[in-house]
Amino acid sequence: MLESLIVVLLIGAIAWIGSAIGLTAVFGIVLPYVAVCVFVVGLVRRMIYWAKSPVPFAIPTTGGQEHSLDFIKQDKFDCPNTKWGVFVRMVLEVLLFRSLFRNTRAISFENDPVNNGPRVVYYSSKWLWFFALLFHYCFFLVFLRHFRFFMEPVPACISFVEAVDGVLQIGSPRFFLTGGILLVAILFLLARRIFDQRLRYISLINDYFPLWLLLGIVISGLYLRYFDKAEIAQVKIFIMGLTHFSPVISNLDLNGIFIVHLTLVSTLLIYFPFSKLVHMPGVFFSPTRNLPTNTREVRHINPWNPPSQFFTYPEYEDRYREAMAEAGLPLEKQPKPAE
Amino acid sequence: MLYNKKAVYLGIVILVVLLTAPFWAGLFGQNYTKTGVTKPNEEACIENVEFMRAQHMRLLNEWRDEALRNENRTYIAKDGKKWEISLQNTCMRCHKNYDDFCAKCHLSNSVSPYCWTCHIIPVEGK
Repeated sequence: MLESLIVVLLIGAIAWIGSAIGLTAVFGIVLPYVAVCVFVVGLVRRMIYWAKSPVPFAIPTTGGQEHSLDFIKQDKFDCPNTKWGVFVRMVLEVLLFRSLFRNTRAISFENDPVNNGPRVVYYSSKWLWFFALLFHYCFFLVFLRHFRFFMEPVPACISFVEAVDGVLQIGSPRFFLTGGILLVAILFLLARRIFDQRLRYISLINDYFPLWLLLGIVISGLYLRYFDKAEIAQVKIFIMGLTHFSPVISNLDLNGIFIVHLTLVSTLLIYFPFSKLVHMPGVFFSPTRNLPTNTREVRHINPWNPPSQFFTYPEYEDRYREAMAEAGLPLEKQPKPAE
Repeated sequence: MLYNKKAVYLGIVILVVLLTAPFWAGLFGQNYTKTGVTKPNEEACIENVEFMRAQHMRLLNEWRDEALRNENRTYIAKDGKKWEISLQNTCMRCHKNYDDFCAKCHLSNSVSPYCWTCHIIPVEGK
């Protein structure tokens, strides 16, 4: 937990010192380009790798009654047996995290009156689902809002998102709700790992690192907006230079913290394809989600099975008919009488 | 060998296009290389340029609170000079032209301050 925090702080410190000693071009131009390349190529490589992996068994997760006899009501979206059902399940999973909604938490009672002894009860636990949903949607909106730095003129839909986001009209620059909620959601996801004993026991550095990294990105971003300002006009000139492949940096006065923010984002992009964060494309490749539960209707052939050699009964009888007739065994087709 | 080729290729194309959206936006959109702000002719603003660039929004917000909530209409700048707290009479005495000054940065960076829900947008020559 602390190691990953130290790594994130070190990355930030290196970027900050780098920008102070005049290495802005390295952290501001070279690193973002490298990061985007690693990100895109890494993700595509991952997807190809997954697409090459055969699925030996039909292993859809069932969350309800399977398709069965007519008078038994099927759970169409939790246990779909059609492509359309799978599509709906996938949409619900990707947009609403439906499987996380079923999250439970085990609570053990030492002395429970129901069975006069220890007892484990699984309670529904929606907090993870709720904060995960908040986190993902706020992150998406924050990412979308950043398109004001990528597009000239800024399209009306982005301005609309900003208007809704800043509807409370607190302060100037206006407080954006998604930024604040994003911070709270990340802090919850982090606190969950740190303060829940059971979860802490199974948490590894690759669970903490992305959270600290995202926390660093969000804090540096909020800091640049509300406290020590990055001059957004200059930031936009800089970012537009990057996206037009004609980077300008020498005559711009960029805040050191902005370089830290950019470096942390680049780190996230580089880290993304090699970490658990690839669940973004990964969820679509998940056989427990994307296979229909039609195991009783359709035979799932293991793609790495060798080609089967069948010897059917009619063939068997054709080969041994004479001998079988001699032995007096029953035959479907009698041998032709000898001429 | 790839399984579900069609779906995988479609997914890869969608993902790559979405992830490189900032570059597409750059490729098909206009560039933005300078703000095009026209500074007024007067020598100096109430605070130095760096402060005004970075913190003018906070200053204006504080001015509003001071003037309207605390009824204090005097601002003492860092160099000790006293200024009247008034957008109309102090700021806009020099920054007369909304389109060439405020709007230049605000529009292209999608900043929509709510100054003008109460104040009147200045028009050149008034």
